[in-house]
Amino acid sequence: MNIPDNLKYTKEHEWVKIDGDIATIGITDYAQNELGDIVFIEIETEGETLEREETFGSIEAVKTVSDLFMPLGGEVLEFNSALEQAPETVNRDPYGDGWIIKVKIADKGEIKDLLDAEAYKNLI
Amino acid sequence: MKDTALTKIHESLGAKMVPFAGYNMPIQYEGVNAEHETVRKGVGVFDVSHMGEFWVKGPKAVELLQRITTNDVSKLEDGHAQYSCLPNDKGGIVDDLIIYRFDAENYLLVVNASNIDKDWKWINQHNTEGAILYDASDETSLLAIQGPKAMATLQKLTDTDLSTIGFYTFRRATVAGVPDVIISATGYTGEKNSFEIYFANDDAEKLWKALFEAGEEFGIKPIGLGARDTLRLEMGFCLYGNDIDDTTSPIEAGMGWITKFTDYKHFILRDYHEKIKNDGPKRRLRGFEMIDKGIPRQHYEICDEQGNVIGQVTSGTMAPSLKKAIGLGYIESKHAGFDKEIFIKIRGKLLRAKIVKVPFYKG
Repeated sequence: MNIPDNLKYTKEHEWVKIDGDIATIGITDYAQNELGDIVFIEIETEGETLEREETFGSIEAVKTVSDLFMPLGGEVLEFNSALEQAPETVNRDPYGDGWIIKVKIADKGEIKDLLDAEAYKNLI
Repeated sequence: MKDTALTKIHESLGAKMVPFAGYNMPIQYEGVNAEHETVRKGVGVFDVSHMGEFWVKGPKAVELLQRITTNDVSKLEDGHAQYSCLPNDKGGIVDDLIIYRFDAENYLLVVNASNIDKDWKWINQHNTEGAILYDASDETSLLAIQGPKAMATLQKLTDTDLSTIGFYTFRRATVAGVPDVIISATGYTGEKNSFEIYFANDDAEKLWKALFEAGEEFGIKPIGLGARDTLRLEMGFCLYGNDIDDTTSPIEAGMGWITKFTDYKHFILRDYHEKIKNDGPKRRLRGFEMIDKGIPRQHYEICDEQGNVIGQVTSGTMAPSLKKAIGLGYIESKHAGFDKEIFIKIRGKLLRAKIVKVPFYKG
């Protein structure tokens, strides 16, 4: 199971890459493996400002649908629109081309509440 | 939880195992979409040994079967199989099943794993004729070999000419040195020239290995229950527990073609079902394709344009061969015309869909 050290994580199996006040968000290798083939990702919150833990979209595998939660509050700047045509990219490259949204972080104080790689490893 | 004779092999292949109908079953090996494509383009093998097998024997066998099943058993010839269902005494369905006729006094019933106990009890309870019943479920293994290369694979293992086994017929044959294997030209995928084979548990590993050696040149792969579901749904085949159950009539489920009202056929609640057929059912099981983006799932509401509920989704998926979201559901008959637009309520939104004829996948 791939859990890169340079990322932050949530209990909902999302990863967060912090770059200044921009957070890139996706789902972990563990999550994509548990879900199986991902067939549809719906994000209709682009441009909206959401609180931490609010739902920003949903991700559907062949048999299941799961909500996606904001790891940090902020404005949803961008959805990875390549996933509309190729949602399976999340299975193939969950930490790279399979990123899902970019968020402008509202309160950088929330970052300390995210899990580091070690803590996430212990969780799964 | 029960294992099949092949559970250890599935685990060694890295399958994701899940409890299903009391069995520890492989839901996927490499992934549903890849496995689905293997069956559509090459050949795949499913361990479906969880299915139940009952023998019905003796001079009273036909009489019993005519009363407890909806299809006309008297039309079966030796070596032929028939799709049918067991109606219950409340207007619904106990189970759907396949009946194999070996001879006039020997029939094999293949039933859903999830219903083995219920069916066995039901059939015994209704066996006033005194037919001989035997439950062979725990000693029988079942593999489905499906796909365009299924016949070429299986043919390497038997002298019996498989091209002479027509759709819904079967033959006993020696396969990979194992005598008395039942080779049946049936399946749940819609693939032509595909087979299911029944044999004793002790031969399971030997036959599994022989099949994978024979199919190696065709890229044969093991297929899990996940792809079994997407493959059957692309064909519009009903799944018991989703699309049919204790509350659905075979007529509204579109199973009129296996519900026979001939004069001599007096199955349980025959008159009730005949009235539904003559009056027209209040709701119908229909296939639909999504027009808007979204995936229908079991229990989602089906609505009209104003949002009034007119039905319910019973099965839904993103169809791997079609790259479209499809579903089955019961819809009030007046809204159930083909090509009509309907709306599926997905997470609070009404998304457009269109009623279509099944199969969704036309090969």
